[in-house]
Amino acid sequence: MKKEKKMTLTLPAEELMACGHLACQGCGATLAMRYMLKALGQKTALCIPACCWAVIDGPYPYSSLDVPIYHCAFETAASTATGVKAGLEMTGDSETAVVAWAGDGGTFDIGLQALSGAAERNEDIIYVCYDNEAYMNTGIQRSSATPYGAWTTTTPVKHFKTRPKKDIVAIMAAHRIPYIATASISHPEDFVKKMRKAKDIKGTRFFHVYAPCPTGWKSRPEDTVKLARMAVQNAYFPLYEIEDGDKVTLNLKLKDKKPVNDYIRIQGRFRHLTEAQVASIQAEVDARWERLLKNCAA
Amino acid sequence: MKKVMMGNHALSYGAKLARSQVIAAYPITPQTQVVELLSEMCSDGTLDAKFINVESEHSAMAACIGASVAGARAFTATSSQGLALMHEMLHWAAGGRHPIVMGNINRSMAPGWSIWTDQNDSLSERDTGWMQYYCASNQEVLDTVIQAFKVSERLMIPGMVILDAFALSHTYEVVDVPDQALVDKYLPPFKPEIRLTPSDPRAFGGLTGSEHYFELRYKLQKYMEKAPALIEETGREFEKIFGRNLGLVDAYRCDDADFVFVTSGTAGFTARVVVDEFRKSGLKAGNLRIKVFRPFPFAKVREVLKKVKKAAVVDRNCSYGAHGIFYQEVKSALYGEAGMPPVFGYIAGLGGRDITTDSFKEVAAHALAKDKADEEIVWIGVKK
Repeated sequence: MKKEKKMTLTLPAEELMACGHLACQGCGATLAMRYMLKALGQKTALCIPACCWAVIDGPYPYSSLDVPIYHCAFETAASTATGVKAGLEMTGDSETAVVAWAGDGGTFDIGLQALSGAAERNEDIIYVCYDNEAYMNTGIQRSSATPYGAWTTTTPVKHFKTRPKKDIVAIMAAHRIPYIATASISHPEDFVKKMRKAKDIKGTRFFHVYAPCPTGWKSRPEDTVKLARMAVQNAYFPLYEIEDGDKVTLNLKLKDKKPVNDYIRIQGRFRHLTEAQVASIQAEVDARWERLLKNCAA
Repeated sequence: MKKVMMGNHALSYGAKLARSQVIAAYPITPQTQVVELLSEMCSDGTLDAKFINVESEHSAMAACIGASVAGARAFTATSSQGLALMHEMLHWAAGGRHPIVMGNINRSMAPGWSIWTDQNDSLSERDTGWMQYYCASNQEVLDTVIQAFKVSERLMIPGMVILDAFALSHTYEVVDVPDQALVDKYLPPFKPEIRLTPSDPRAFGGLTGSEHYFELRYKLQKYMEKAPALIEETGREFEKIFGRNLGLVDAYRCDDADFVFVTSGTAGFTARVVVDEFRKSGLKAGNLRIKVFRPFPFAKVREVLKKVKKAAVVDRNCSYGAHGIFYQEVKSALYGEAGMPPVFGYIAGLGGRDITTDSFKEVAAHALAKDKADEEIVWIGVKK
C-alpha cells in the first residue's frame, strides 16, 4: 500500500475571528488579526483606536471577534492598553494578554507619543501595528509610513511622496524594549511563532506587521498575500526580531533576493514611477538590507 | 484623626481612602502634590494601587479609561492646560460611562502663562458629560472625592472635584481624616455590571450608527438627571456616618435674606465675611455657594433665590462673547418662574487676582443701587 502523505497543521485550528466582518476584499489586516488571535488565544483583550479595524470589527452591537475589544481614541492605543492591563491586574487577572492593535497612522504618527511613553515605562502590553502604509480608513491619505514614491490622495502623482518611510522599528529599538518583531501575513507560521514567543515575555512587545491594502495600493485583491510575500523576498519588508534593543535575528534568510521592480509594478500607487525612480528604491532597499545583515552579525 | 494638610493632599487622602486602584497622572503646577503623595502611598504600600507615570494628561485619562473599563477604580488629577489636553478623553470617559474621579485645580488658561486661579479651565469642559463639584475647603475636597466615587459608580458617569489654585490647593487647613473602616462602609468596592474581560467578550464603543447613538446620549442625560437627588441622598448618608453634610449648594443666611451673593469655590467664604458685616448694619444679606455645577442644581437654586429680593452672581470666569458662566446658569434656572428676583452678573478675579471683601462690597453697592439688571458685564477690580 502506498504510504499516505500526512499534512501537519502548524497553525492553531482555533478561530477567534468570525466571517461577517466589514473588511474590503483582499484585506491584509484581517489576516493579520486572524493569525495574531490564533497565536494568543481567547484570553486576549484588544484596544483598537481609529483605524480600518475600528470598522472591520463590525458596528454596534455586533463584533466579529470572540475576544473583548475596547475601541479607543486615535492616539491612545498604547495608553489605553496600559490602563486596561493595570485594571485587569488590580481586579485579579494577570493572565490576559493585553494588545494595542493599531494601524500605521495610529502608530507612526498620532499615537507615537503614547507608544513611546508606554515603551519607555516597559508596560506589559503587546503593541501590534498593522501597516498598510497610509490612512486607508479615511480614504488613502499619506502617513509617515507611506513609502517613497507612493501615490495617495494627499500625495498626488505630480507630488508623490519623496521622503522615505519612517523607521518605526529603529525608533522602538531605541527604547530598548524586550521584544520587537516584524511579521508578514504571507508568513503565518513565522508570525504565529513569534507572537507565541512574545506572549511569554514580560514588558513591552512591539510587532510591525506588513498588511497590503488592495484598495489603497491599487492592487488586485487576489494579490494581497503575493505582494506581502514579494516584499519579504525582495527585502522590502524583511522578517526579523530584535531582543532587548540590540540583539537582531533574521528570521528568513534570502538566498536569492528578488528585485523590487516586480513588486512595484503590480501596484497602481507606484504606476507613475520612472525606471530611474524604481532603481533608487532598489538602491535604498539594498542599503537597508546590508545594514540589517550587519546588525545581525554584530 | 485630625490633620493639618494642604488642599492638594486632601485630594490625595480622598483618593487613598476611596481605595483607588489605578492612578495615572502627569505633573502640572499647581496639582503636583496630589500625585506626589499618591505616588509615595503606592510605593510604600499604604495604598494598594498601580501608579502609572504617563507621558501626558491625554494618556493619563486614556489609561484611567482603560483601567475603569477593566473594572478598577481609577483616579487622576490635573489642572488647566492639562485638563484642556484631556478634552477629547473627557468626552470619551463620559460617553463610555466610565466612573473615573479626577481632581482639577482651577488655574487660568494660557497665554500668557499663569498658574493662578480662575475657572475657565473646568468650565470649558462643561458639556463633556462630567459631574463637577466646586469645593471651598480642604475638608470638603477630601469628603467630596469619596462621595464622588459613590455617585459616579452608581450612575456610571465620571466626576471632577475642583478646587482653586493656591487659595485652596496650597492652603493648609485642619482636616478630619475619616476612618478607613467607616469609608469602606460608605463606599463599597467598584463592581461594574459589564467590564472588559475575555470571559465575557464584548466590543465597547464600536462604530455606532444613527439608529443607536442618540439613545446612548439620551441615557447619559437621563442618568445625569438622577444625580442631584443621589448627591443629596449620599450626602445625608455621609452626614450620618461622618457628621458632615455634602449637598448641591451651601446656603448661608439665605432664609430671610433680601440680598444674596451667589458664588462658587473659595470666593464664597470671603463673601460670608461681608454678609456678616452687612447683617450687623441691618442689611439682610446671604451667600448661596453653588457647589455642584454639573448637573446644575436648578431646583435648589430656585428654591433658595425665590425668597430673595436681589441676587448678585460673582463669576471667576468668562464665556467670551456672552457673560459669566454661573450668571447664565442662574438666570436660566429662574427664567419663566413667577416672583423671581432680578439677578446681577459680575466678573472678578480672573488670573488669580484676589477677590476681597472690598470686591463684594463693590458688587453690593452696584446691585443695591439698581432696580433692574443691565445685560452688560460688570467687571470688579479690572484696570480699564
